[in-house]
Amino acid sequence: MKIVLQNLTKKFPSRNKKERGEVIAVNNFDFEIPDGKLVGLLGPSGCGKSTTLNLICGLQKPTAGKIFFGDDDVTNLPPENRGVGLVFQNYALYPHLTVQQNIRFPLENLKGADKLSKEDMLKRVYEAAKLVQIEELMERKPSELSGGQQQRVAIARALVKMPRVLLLDEPLSNLDARLRLQTREEIRRIQKETKITTIFVTHDQDEAMSISDMIVVMKDGVVQQIGKPQEVYDNPVNLFVAKFLGTPPINVFEGSVRENMLYIDSEAVLDVKGAPDGPVSVAIRPEGFILREDGPLHCSLGRLEVMGRDVSVVSSHPCCENTAIRSIINAENKVDLASETVGFALKPAKTFLFNRETGERVYFTSSESGRM
Amino acid sequence: MEKNNIKGWLYLIPAFLFLGVFMIYPLVDVFVYSFEEGYNSASQTFFGVGTYNYSYVLHDPYFLQAVKNTFILVIITVPLSTGLALLISVGLSSIKPLRELFQTIYFLPYVTNTLAVGLVFMILFKKTAYSDGLVNLLITAFGGKGVDFIDGPYWAKMFVLCFYTIWVVMPFKILILTSALASVNQVYYNAARVDGTSRFRIFRRITIPMISPMIFYLVITGFIGAFKAYSDAVALFGTDLNAAEMNTIVGYVYDMLYGDSGGYPSYASAAAIILFAIVLTITCINLLVSKKHVHY
Repeated sequence: MKIVLQNLTKKFPSRNKKERGEVIAVNNFDFEIPDGKLVGLLGPSGCGKSTTLNLICGLQKPTAGKIFFGDDDVTNLPPENRGVGLVFQNYALYPHLTVQQNIRFPLENLKGADKLSKEDMLKRVYEAAKLVQIEELMERKPSELSGGQQQRVAIARALVKMPRVLLLDEPLSNLDARLRLQTREEIRRIQKETKITTIFVTHDQDEAMSISDMIVVMKDGVVQQIGKPQEVYDNPVNLFVAKFLGTPPINVFEGSVRENMLYIDSEAVLDVKGAPDGPVSVAIRPEGFILREDGPLHCSLGRLEVMGRDVSVVSSHPCCENTAIRSIINAENKVDLASETVGFALKPAKTFLFNRETGERVYFTSSESGRM
Repeated sequence: MEKNNIKGWLYLIPAFLFLGVFMIYPLVDVFVYSFEEGYNSASQTFFGVGTYNYSYVLHDPYFLQAVKNTFILVIITVPLSTGLALLISVGLSSIKPLRELFQTIYFLPYVTNTLAVGLVFMILFKKTAYSDGLVNLLITAFGGKGVDFIDGPYWAKMFVLCFYTIWVVMPFKILILTSALASVNQVYYNAARVDGTSRFRIFRRITIPMISPMIFYLVITGFIGAFKAYSDAVALFGTDLNAAEMNTIVGYVYDMLYGDSGGYPSYASAAAIILFAIVLTITCINLLVSKKHVHY
C-alpha cells in the first residue's frame, strides 16, 4: 500500500498562556512512500516524527493537509478504519492478558462480515506468533517476558489483523545494545516476509540507516531530506543532515573559499571549483581524511584509538567545531605518535561545504572526481 | 546480627504496647466474656462457662432483626455505591470542562458534618406537623400517595437507610476510583483505539481489569464498613432502634452494653464475636473471588 502525505501540517496550541502562539510539530510534510518499503523517520527528539506517525495512524488529526493510503483519502477516518498496525514505544501490551489474548485482542474487535470464528482467530494468532517466533510463550503474561519478547508480541499484535500499513514508534529504544542489533534484523526480516509498507520512527541514525529502504530526516517539524540511506549519507543537503548521520560524527571546520580554493586557517586544503567566495562550514567525514605527512591540513595529534581493521586518529584543530577530530584510516598506515602534529589530505567526495549562515549545501566540482 | 535484632524489637515495643493494650487484649477479653455465662461487670462474677450466650443471642428476635437489617444494608449498598461511584468516576474522567467543580461537589458529603446531613435528610423525608417532607411533596405532586419514611413501613425506612448510606460512602469511592482511572496509562487506550475496540469493550476489557485492585479494595472495605453500620441508623431513626425495627448488629451490641436493656456484656460479646465471624467469612470469600478477577 502506497502512502501519500500531502502538505501535512500539525499545530498544537501553545501551553504558555502569556505567549499566545502555536507549536508547529509537523510543517508541510509532503512525501510519498512507495508500496512495500521500510521507511525510517529520523530526527532528534521533539522534531515531530512521533506526531507524524500519530497522524498517519489517526490518533491525531492534522491541522491541514491530506493522507492517502493507496488511492483512499484516510485523512478523516478514525484509526480503526484505516487498517494500520501500530507498535508503541513501550509496547502497550495489556498486562492482565496473556500473550495469546493480547495478540487475539484486535481480532475480537472485528464486526459484521469480518467477524472470525474462534478457530480462525486462533489460526491467525498462531500464524502471527510464528512469524515473530514466540509460539512457545503464548500462555505467559507480559510481565514474564523479556524486553525483546515483549517487542515481538507487540509486533505480532499489530500484524495479526493484517494491516495495510505497519507503524513502529521507536521500536528498539527499550532494548539493550545486543538485542537492538538482533531485533532490527528481525524487523527487517518480518517486513520482507509480509511485504507490508512499514514506517518506523527513531532518533538513532544507525538503526535507520541499517534497515531502511528509505530515510526521512526531520528537524523542527520540517523534512530536511528524503532518500536512500547511502544517498543521504553521501550527499547531505544541509549541515544538519550531515551532522546527524554517521558515527563517528562528521568533523565540522570553519573555513573560507577564495578563488576556487578552500582555506582552513590560512592553509589551502582543497581545490573547490565552482564554489562562490566567502566563509563556509567545512564538514569532513571521518573516512574523508588521507594520512599524509605533507598533507595540507595540519592538526595537533591527540591519541590513537585502535579498532582492529582501522584506527581512529583523534586530533584537534583551532578551527574545528568538534572538540576532537576523528579520522578513520587504515591500520596499515603508521602514525608517528612522537610527532605533535599530523598532516591530512582530504577526499573531495567526503568533504562537504555549507553556507555558514543558512547551513545550505554549497556545491563544488573537484578536479579529481567531477561534480559532487 | 543478634544485637540488631534486639534493637529492632526495642523500636517495636511502643507500637506493640499500644496494640496489645487497646486492640489485642480487648479482643481476647471479648472472646472470653462471650463464653462466661451471666457475667456481671459490677461484681466481676459469672455463673459458668458455656455457649448459652450464643444461643440466647441467636434466639433473640431483636438480634435476628438486626442481622437481617445489616445483611439487607450490605447487599444493597455495597454493590450499588461501588457501581455508581465507578460510573460517576468514569464520567468525571471523560469530561474536561467543569471537572474540578464536579469533583468538589461529589466530595462534599465526605467533609460535611453528620448532624447537618441528618438535618437535610430530615427535611427530605420526615413528616412533621408542618410538612410531609420534600420527597413526599414530590410524590404527591406526581399523583402518588405519601409515605412516612421515618416512622412508616419497614421498606420505606430501609430505603432511607440505604439511600443515606450510599450517599455517605460514595465520595470516598469516587475519589479513589477517579485517581485509579487517572493512573491508567493512556497508551493502552490508544492501542485499543488503533485496534478498533468499542468504548464499552475498552471499559470492560481494559479499564476494569486495570483498576481492579482498587475496586477490590473498595468492595472489601465497603463490606466491612457496611457490616459495622450503626451511627447512620441512629442519625435517622433515633436511639431506640429496636422499636423502629432498624437496629444493626453493632447497634445490638451497643444496646446490650449501654442501652435501655443494657448491662449484658456477655450477650454483647457473643454478638460481637458472631459479627466478627460473619465479616471474616465474607472477606475470605472476597479474597477467593478476587484471585480470579483482580489483576495486580
